[in-house]
Amino acid sequence: MPTIIIDPVTRIEGHSKITIRLDDEGQVQDARFHVTQVRGFEKLCEGRPFTEMPALMARICGICPTSHLLASSKACDDIMAVRIPETAEKLRRIMNLAQITQSHALSFFYLSSPDFLLGMDADPEERNIMGMVRKYPQMARDGIKLRQFGQRVLEMLGGKRVHPGWIVPGGVSHPLQAAQRDAILAEIPEAIRITRAALQWFKGQIENFRAEVRSFANFPSMFLAMANDTNEFSAYNGWLRFIDANLNIVADHITGTDYLNYIGESCNDDSYLKSTYYKPFGLKDGVYRVGPLARLNMCQNAGTPQADEELAEFRELERHSVLSSFYYHYARLIEILFSVERMQTLLHDPEILGQNVRAHATPNQYEGVGILEAPRGTLIHHYRIDQNGLIESANMIIATGHNNLAINHGVLQVARQFIKGKKLEQGMLNRVEAVVRAFDPCLSCSTHAAGMMPLDIQLLDADGSMVDRLLR
Amino acid sequence: MNKPGVEICTLIIENRECGGRSDQTILEVAEEYGIFIPTLCRLSGLSNIGACRMCLVEVKGSNKLMPACVTKVQEGMEVTVNSPKLAEYRKTVLELLFSERNHICSVCVTNGHCDLQALAQKLGVNHIPMPYIHPHLMVDASHPRFLADHNRCILCTRCVRVCSEVEGAHTWDLMGRGTTVKVITDLKRPWGESESCTGCGKCVQVCPTGALSEKGQAAGEMLKRRQFLPYLSMMREVGR
Repeated sequence: MPTIIIDPVTRIEGHSKITIRLDDEGQVQDARFHVTQVRGFEKLCEGRPFTEMPALMARICGICPTSHLLASSKACDDIMAVRIPETAEKLRRIMNLAQITQSHALSFFYLSSPDFLLGMDADPEERNIMGMVRKYPQMARDGIKLRQFGQRVLEMLGGKRVHPGWIVPGGVSHPLQAAQRDAILAEIPEAIRITRAALQWFKGQIENFRAEVRSFANFPSMFLAMANDTNEFSAYNGWLRFIDANLNIVADHITGTDYLNYIGESCNDDSYLKSTYYKPFGLKDGVYRVGPLARLNMCQNAGTPQADEELAEFRELERHSVLSSFYYHYARLIEILFSVERMQTLLHDPEILGQNVRAHATPNQYEGVGILEAPRGTLIHHYRIDQNGLIESANMIIATGHNNLAINHGVLQVARQFIKGKKLEQGMLNRVEAVVRAFDPCLSCSTHAAGMMPLDIQLLDADGSMVDRLLR
Repeated sequence: MNKPGVEICTLIIENRECGGRSDQTILEVAEEYGIFIPTLCRLSGLSNIGACRMCLVEVKGSNKLMPACVTKVQEGMEVTVNSPKLAEYRKTVLELLFSERNHICSVCVTNGHCDLQALAQKLGVNHIPMPYIHPHLMVDASHPRFLADHNRCILCTRCVRVCSEVEGAHTWDLMGRGTTVKVITDLKRPWGESESCTGCGKCVQVCPTGALSEKGQAAGEMLKRRQFLPYLSMMREVGR
């Protein structure tokens, strides 16, 4: 059976490859997305003091260490059975919003916008952030500036841009200074301007990507995200909720270890990434999506004025939930707008400079679960400790795991739509990669996969001989 | 000064003429003259054992390197503190320490306040050329207030000395041989079950790395407070 292998998939975070199997007529039969690296954090943390977990787990990822830091600290709060001071919670929320801003800016501007600006079929040598700098310098500058804003907030609060500290079990390690608050507030209007401009531009582009909208993992599925009483957008506080494609609630009020009853994890023979599924429906029918699209489908309103306007317009796209994964990009921009606006509100709150930012306690429970909405979706950290506070076992479900089944679905859908015949073209394979990029998967959770890695795609005949080959 | 048999000697350290008493070590005299010699296992107020070999110096007329913390000064000695050979030796000693157990700074409770880390930065250790051993060692969290992470121990024995010499409990000691040596409490009982430990925490404060720490501290939060040591040492001298 002829097979096309895309290895590695570029402009994503981490290492992966895609296999596309064709029949003798050159029609796509099957397509699979494989993650080709293993990290092993669940194992290597065993026996370590639970207080070390936030810093250790943050090392999972260089793009979103803050998300792991937060989810891990929340799990530790749970082990200590403390309610952290209100100021600390607000400060943690600002960190999370800054993290969402910088990560989304990276995904949209650095990784995906070369496809929108230069075209899916453009020469791969040009179709990257450097090509974008040459042809659309203002857009590139804006993207870099927006990500820089998010990173600067993380640096001001957490001490470092990559792998900040500050967030600790029980709260944060020290209070916010007025000067830091003012410095962040001063940069917010520019961040809002850039995001609005990008939104305006992207909305105008959607018309040119009709085929991609139709085929990029566009299928009815459930969505999982954090929910709360107000039905406003929530990324830090709340419980988990599953909704179906018609926005009906499937399961609600999932907190703590309840997730084990609803989320199943299945191992794959051909990938180091497990596939998670909605347990009551089983692996075959339990597909759901997480991330920006899921969150916007989940909430009734964002809770900030400009993001609410954009959200209303976003809702017009479809009657029920927005189903095409191409719109993840659109949702990401709306989330940046919300994050920046929400940061502004939180920073204007006089309580934000409060001095009581940490609760101290020894372990009071043997188990703790921390749930957070990370940029790419729902993040779960679950730890079990012994009587001395050392980790006995850890389970982590990361956004990309939740999306794995949907990504595979999308890869197959796009391959069927765009790969025809026995002649390979860069554009069609780029679309297969682009559907993966739409989910912004974080595979290694590290920073070393830029767009310049070698790509070798081979189209093999039924007897294994090479029909066509593309190298870059 | 008035101890019997103690003489005044003149010697040269790093091309400087220095004066010291014959019961002083090269390190003590060098410090009086503001000449820096790196140290790790040594802590002022505790006995010197010359274990870490960081303070090695060259003494003219001897083909062996001498640990400055335990080598007494002599009349006419010529001591070299900084030379390419010494720099290489000291760096290698640190590299060997880093390669032996797990000293990943980023997640350590003493990150930013660690003697080993500070010395490595000062002496320019930026890569470890030898393979890591990374043995899988236990963390003893049985004590209600303190943690012993043997993965981060460099076997300097500061804990053993402070417990024996200052606190007088001698809870800590060494067990085993070679690279498998471990510091133990009582006769290798879990720290929390030790009968001799008074829970004073001096060992935690003098520990140069994150091997001994207070519970509940997140990465980089364990500051070592050693202010008590000069005072207690002085009182001990007075009492003698």
